[in-house]
Amino acid sequence: MGDTPHRSAHAGTGGTRVATSHEWPAGASARVAEPSGTPGMPDNGLGGGGGLPRARAFGAERAFRGLTLAAGTTVLVVIAAIAIFLIAKAVPALRANSESFWTFEGWFPNDDPPKFGIGALAFGTVLTALLALLMAVPVALGIALYLSHYAPRRLGNGLGFLIDLLAAVPSVVFGLWGRDYFAQPVADLSAWLNRYFGWIPIFGDGPYGNSILLGSVVLAIMVLPIVTSLSREVFRQTPTANEEAALALGATRWEMVRTAVLPYGRPGVIAAVMLGLGRALGETIALALTLGSTYAISFNILQSGGNSIAANIANRFAEANDTGRGALIASGLVLFAITLIVNITARAIIYRRREFTESAA
Amino acid sequence: MAKRIEATDVTAYYGGFKAIENISLTVEPKTVTALIGPSGCGKSTFLRSINRMHEVLPGARVEGSLTIDNQDIYDRDVDVTAVRRMIGMVFQRPNPFPTMSIFENVVAGLRLNGVRRKSILEEAAEKALRSANLWDEVKDRLGKPGAGLSGGQQQRLCIARTIAVEPQVVLMDEPCSALDPISTLAIEDLMFQLKDKFTIIIVTHNMQQAARVSDRTAFFSIEKTGDPGRLIEYDNTQKIFSNPSQKKTEDYITGRFG
Ligand SMILES: Nc1ncnc2c1ncn2[C@@H]1O[C@H](COP(=O)(O)OP(=O)(O)O)[C@@H](O)[C@H]1O
Ligand SMILES: [Mg+2]
Repeated sequence: MGDTPHRSAHAGTGGTRVATSHEWPAGASARVAEPSGTPGMPDNGLGGGGGLPRARAFGAERAFRGLTLAAGTTVLVVIAAIAIFLIAKAVPALRANSESFWTFEGWFPNDDPPKFGIGALAFGTVLTALLALLMAVPVALGIALYLSHYAPRRLGNGLGFLIDLLAAVPSVVFGLWGRDYFAQPVADLSAWLNRYFGWIPIFGDGPYGNSILLGSVVLAIMVLPIVTSLSREVFRQTPTANEEAALALGATRWEMVRTAVLPYGRPGVIAAVMLGLGRALGETIALALTLGSTYAISFNILQSGGNSIAANIANRFAEANDTGRGALIASGLVLFAITLIVNITARAIIYRRREFTESAA
Repeated sequence: MAKRIEATDVTAYYGGFKAIENISLTVEPKTVTALIGPSGCGKSTFLRSINRMHEVLPGARVEGSLTIDNQDIYDRDVDVTAVRRMIGMVFQRPNPFPTMSIFENVVAGLRLNGVRRKSILEEAAEKALRSANLWDEVKDRLGKPGAGLSGGQQQRLCIARTIAVEPQVVLMDEPCSALDPISTLAIEDLMFQLKDKFTIIIVTHNMQQAARVSDRTAFFSIEKTGDPGRLIEYDNTQKIFSNPSQKKTEDYITGRFG
């Protein structure tokens, strides 16, 4: 098959690779067990005269199975323990709350009576994450396609490495950079947006400073590398046979990408975006440093203000008393629920076209 | 609808490696021409030079001249996508687009050409599937994934996809090598029918197949590993298989080497 370049070796496994990576240990265990029958060594029963070799009473295979089972059970137990602890802490605080947990716009759990509401925080969490994805995903997909299908291989690998490096920068660095250096340019941009597009409600009046916009731009920069490097991997796995099929039909390079690469990579790209969304929703310190820490629901993304569940936990934990900690834990449970809903939705999207993606594998 | 192909001194490289050297031959319209020879002698390379798919690989290039009805397909002003639309290709392994339905696979090329009207697409899909002898088997499940068909059906689907854009020439690179004998026969039958409309060039390592389906046969060979492939003999299929003029050809077809 000299006419089919090397990449075809991956044919078919690419699209679902991200989603199914947890199945690898099964294959790995088989490989671990292999060396027990070392080639060249006279194996019991095989070389000799009588009968078939007997099953081993205790082999690497069994030990490994026990080990993986134990590991799986431990994870479940730990998760259950955490859940029980969190709920036990959250319930008393929620009982003590004198305002509606869902709608009250403010966070005074240390007061007597305690008053706190999750509405503004949940709103800010989802809004910053969505805005960040809105900005990051198109750019990330563009870069990923460029790296996988347009750039010369050397350049593609070099740039890909740089992007992976970006993913390794700690989020506090992004947060400090956003607060100390990036806030001013974003404030200038905000003034400009307000002057020319002020008729759109989201580009409202100032004061400009630590705003939803600043927070989401910083978040966007942070999720960009994840989405880029996963999508690039997925695009690279497109079977060469399909790319060539498109080219042989007279497709230009971009048409080839649209016909063969994008549809094939779709489930993987969705998974990548969802991972990015997960990171954006849970991001703590960068948003704690770049959002305005207010407790109001506002669609004006330019004005100083905004908050998120995780950022609020980071900002308020030190001063919290018992009820305060319970309130923060309750907010954490809400964040967990939001993340869970997002993940389930993502899976539903991926599985909807399972018939097609599976027969591809 | 079918055109004459003339290759003159075609030499092709993979980077610094010369895979074929000075191949010259003429393929008449509405004939089936078989390319045979031991593996590694450059049959696929030559075939892929004809629709400019060779240059898709990094570092691969072609020298010499290839014309289709006296028009140089390597001319600098020629649009390479137009060349590939005119010269369709069927690959060794069936390669339907995995995310597309049977219908979408067949009309993929038409969509690339900008055809949008549903009625036109449906008509063309039926016509192509009928020509590929696949219509009766799939007409009730056009919306199902193309990758769900059997290997032989997938290959006929790929043939349908190729002929749906109405090319002049159809290139086939060992189209049956991944198929069972019954599917192979189905595709050989198909070639007889397609010959009425298209010029067909097929690479095959199966000499009976070459003898069955082709009018003309070109025998390629290499001296030794690392040497470029050359055209040893090109003649009527009957002559090649009954009374070849080259000793090498005779050795090959009688199974003495390769
Ligand atoms: N992608 C490639 N890169 C480098 N060398 C290749 C590539 N494809 C084929 N070759 C080499 O070119 C020569 C001709 O190959 P090919 O045209 O595939 O032969 P055939 O189809 O007759 O078996 C062989 O020596 C092969 O190793
Ligand atoms: Mg070949």
